Amino acid sequence: MKAAVIVFPASNCDRDLKVALTHSMGREPDMVWHGDSELPDTDLIAIPGGFSYGDYLRAGAMAANSPIMREVVKKAESGTPVLAICNGFQIATETGMLPGALLRNAGQKFVCRDVDLLITSQNERFVGGFEQGEVVRFPVAHHDGNFYADDDKLNELEAEGQVAFRYVTPDGEQTDEANPNGSRNNIAGIYNKVGNVLGLMPHPERLISDELGGTDGKRFFDHLVNSIV
Amino acid sequence: MTEITKDIVAEHGLTEDEYADVLSILGRTPNLTELGIFSVMWSEHCSYKSSKKWLKTLPTEAPWVICGPGENAGVIDIGDGQAAIFKMESHNHPSFIEPYQGAATGVGGIMRDVFTMGARPIANMNALRFGRPDHPKTGHLVSGVVAGIAGYGNCMGVPTVGGETNFHASYDGNILVNAMTVGLADTDNIFYSAAAGIGNPVVYVGSKTGRDGIHGATMASAEFDDDSEEKRPTVQVGDPFTEKLLLEACLELMATDAIVAIQDMGAAGLTSSSFEMADKGGVGIELNLDHVPMREEGMTPYEIMLSESQERMLMVLKPGREEEARKIFEKWELDFSVIGKVTDTGRMVLTMNGEIAADLPVAPLADAAPEYDRPWIKTPPPTILKGEDVPEPNDLGDVLLKLMGSSEIASRKWIWEQYDHMVMGDTIQRPGGDAAVVRVHGTKKALAITTDCTPRYCYADPEMGGAQAVAETWRNITATGGKPLAITDCMNFGNPQRPEIMGQFVGCINGMRRACTALDYPVISGNVSLYNETNGTGIYPTPAIGGVGLLADYSKMTTLAFKSEGDVVMLLGDLTGELGQTIYLREIEGREDGAPPTVDLEKERKHGDYLREMIEKGLITAAHDISDGGLGVALAEMAIAGNVGAEILLDTALPSHAALFAENQACYVITVKPDNVEMVRGFALAEDIPLHIIGTIGHTDLKIDGVLTISVSRLKNVHANWLPDLMSRPGSE
Repeated sequence: MKAAVIVFPASNCDRDLKVALTHSMGREPDMVWHGDSELPDTDLIAIPGGFSYGDYLRAGAMAANSPIMREVVKKAESGTPVLAICNGFQIATETGMLPGALLRNAGQKFVCRDVDLLITSQNERFVGGFEQGEVVRFPVAHHDGNFYADDDKLNELEAEGQVAFRYVTPDGEQTDEANPNGSRNNIAGIYNKVGNVLGLMPHPERLISDELGGTDGKRFFDHLVNSIV
Repeated sequence: MTEITKDIVAEHGLTEDEYADVLSILGRTPNLTELGIFSVMWSEHCSYKSSKKWLKTLPTEAPWVICGPGENAGVIDIGDGQAAIFKMESHNHPSFIEPYQGAATGVGGIMRDVFTMGARPIANMNALRFGRPDHPKTGHLVSGVVAGIAGYGNCMGVPTVGGETNFHASYDGNILVNAMTVGLADTDNIFYSAAAGIGNPVVYVGSKTGRDGIHGATMASAEFDDDSEEKRPTVQVGDPFTEKLLLEACLELMATDAIVAIQDMGAAGLTSSSFEMADKGGVGIELNLDHVPMREEGMTPYEIMLSESQERMLMVLKPGREEEARKIFEKWELDFSVIGKVTDTGRMVLTMNGEIAADLPVAPLADAAPEYDRPWIKTPPPTILKGEDVPEPNDLGDVLLKLMGSSEIASRKWIWEQYDHMVMGDTIQRPGGDAAVVRVHGTKKALAITTDCTPRYCYADPEMGGAQAVAETWRNITATGGKPLAITDCMNFGNPQRPEIMGQFVGCINGMRRACTALDYPVISGNVSLYNETNGTGIYPTPAIGGVGLLADYSKMTTLAFKSEGDVVMLLGDLTGELGQTIYLREIEGREDGAPPTVDLEKERKHGDYLREMIEKGLITAAHDISDGGLGVALAEMAIAGNVGAEILLDTALPSHAALFAENQACYVITVKPDNVEMVRGFALAEDIPLHIIGTIGHTDLKIDGVLTISVSRLKNVHANWLPDLMSRPGSE
């Protein structure tokens, strides 16, 4: 399997994503510079977290207009799986690959901590390694992770099974306390309509070994790689 | 041309004697640009004129030290051809005036110091001191400083893994923001600042130069008064995005062999970077200021030389390598400009618009900076307070709850949750423990990092306090299983022209020297921040110490959390029962008197070396040193971290409040599997180490027989809630 990680100026989780993918794939992904206009042949496109273009203007807004993103959108439309994490998720909403927007956290502060997430809908490719209804743990680290969509869009996302992850308590309850950023319906991640693009605020690449505090992220990547191969 | 009057000289912070030296060095009257350059180069901040005499007495060498004080940061060997490069620096004055930008640019500056030397920063720390919690400005300052540190460090993608925060009235008018960065480099690819190679190009890279921060170094060398708010324009504005690009571009260029020397433009900007590079190399430099990338039109040589615009670097390249370097910086969309060359004249010659703007001899300006032996008086020694000297409370359970929810001991989670402490994927001990631990990427090794200082101890007895600060960092690293290797220091004090303040400085240095020597733990970098005074009132003496240690195999690392029910709890070290300067005395009796706990460096060394050996043998399941709040608080912290209780039986002749809340030095609480107890005791006996069984882990309460029983969840709540409650008060945002 081949994967490509897109690198923008001030991406900063690109190395972490490369490490996680390398562990699971047994080979390194291609690191693709934002100024390139062509993507290598790839089975997975990953857009990492960070502060592309310093979050200036609006998180993800400038990266969404970079040359490489036109290619990413095209590949996504033709069915290539896209994994967009944190700033990647923000960029994906800015390009229109995913609906909704990520607003400033309700608490107005950057928040970095482990969160519990409910696997909300079944998407074999991305979360087939988990049980539906299982609670997994990834960390969040963001200032703008407050998912917003208007009522109609929100109902559509729920009805179409496009909600991928929700912030919950360790027991799986959807409460305000479990929601780190004020996201509507505690949404932490969503799929596009077709289900080949996943955007999520939490970072599965940060919990890939016991020393780091957990292995749910490793389970996520191992399954993703297996399902694509 | 501006005439240099007495008033102008005074405005530049030069004394009459210093100005007389200027005249004799030049043999003529300086122009305004030249005067400005003297002013910043001879400021306390850049010249260390009051502190140099004493700093020189600190031990700076060990077989593993590659580079001690004097460069941008210190360097130690961590084996396998790898080096750890680190330093801590203050950004106190700007952070009080403009907390967000002051703190942010402090973080930016210290990271530049580290990556200038060829290291990729892998961890940030910060040591913060604020005024009393109920001071009207405290909430606003905490909120701004923390957001500023987060805003800069998070964008850089360098984890902020820990630090410390104190609140005390002595900081009401002068907060302290000390930022530390640790980086990783290859020992054969470390970069220094000495310019060399006559004719080699001098290159400017990074952001453009603007009018911000002019005279920041001079501001940082003076006391505050009621008009200090007006100094806001001297605070720089940070751009972490540009710094992230600068980091990547510099490291990319450093992977080639094009660089001869490199220096970041920090305090005093282009002036200090160019003079330091020339002075260290024993050469001259010619700069054409027309080629300096500028943000604004009409800037004068004076403004260009004194600007403290951020995210800039000065380099000397090998001849003919300019285009290769230019390509890298253009790829990262940064300015790149050849602004001068290295000469053999020993002079700094600046030209602009075809005219000479300044022509100064380098060595006299840099080396002949004034050095003062300021008069000082020793702080009178305080009296030791024993348990019998302090009344016993009615309910020790209430006392423990009160301490856990007090300003010094309560959880700092509200702060560190705003820092990305996991990015780079190597943080294996997150904030909240004794020391943070980050892996050396791709190896079995890890670095343990901590910052510590107990200013109330330093105020009561500077020498004991200075020794204690060093010893506490050493213990905190030891408690994770790390071998402490070296420290960086950030010396924050009041006005050195007052003999009692100078006495605090001298006392702290003397204590630090004793501890560094006894623990084989040299100082490899540091910074001095004096004049932390407002309207004549100084801060508590605060020599903040940043310690770094090495774990050869991180799978052996310990944490403070109680692990399994049934593990045996042991006390390593002796309880002395001294209550002077304790949090107990302050919170319960409302007193801040007495002597700080006695530091016995021989015991520190012996107990710590023993503990590390036991950890390396895999015999220890949890370890935590005793510090603020004593044994009682240490046990509560371990229970909270592990979310499990313990039953403790104290067999001591001391009164219970003295046994539980004395802040004994050279002491740790450790836990051991029942099967290993005899082995651990055997090793202790052989080395004559005091080690006592004091209880067992289990159940949901922390129970100290005959003294107190409190549920761990209750302890957890009071510990967790104090800071969020403080910060939710109106006016805190």
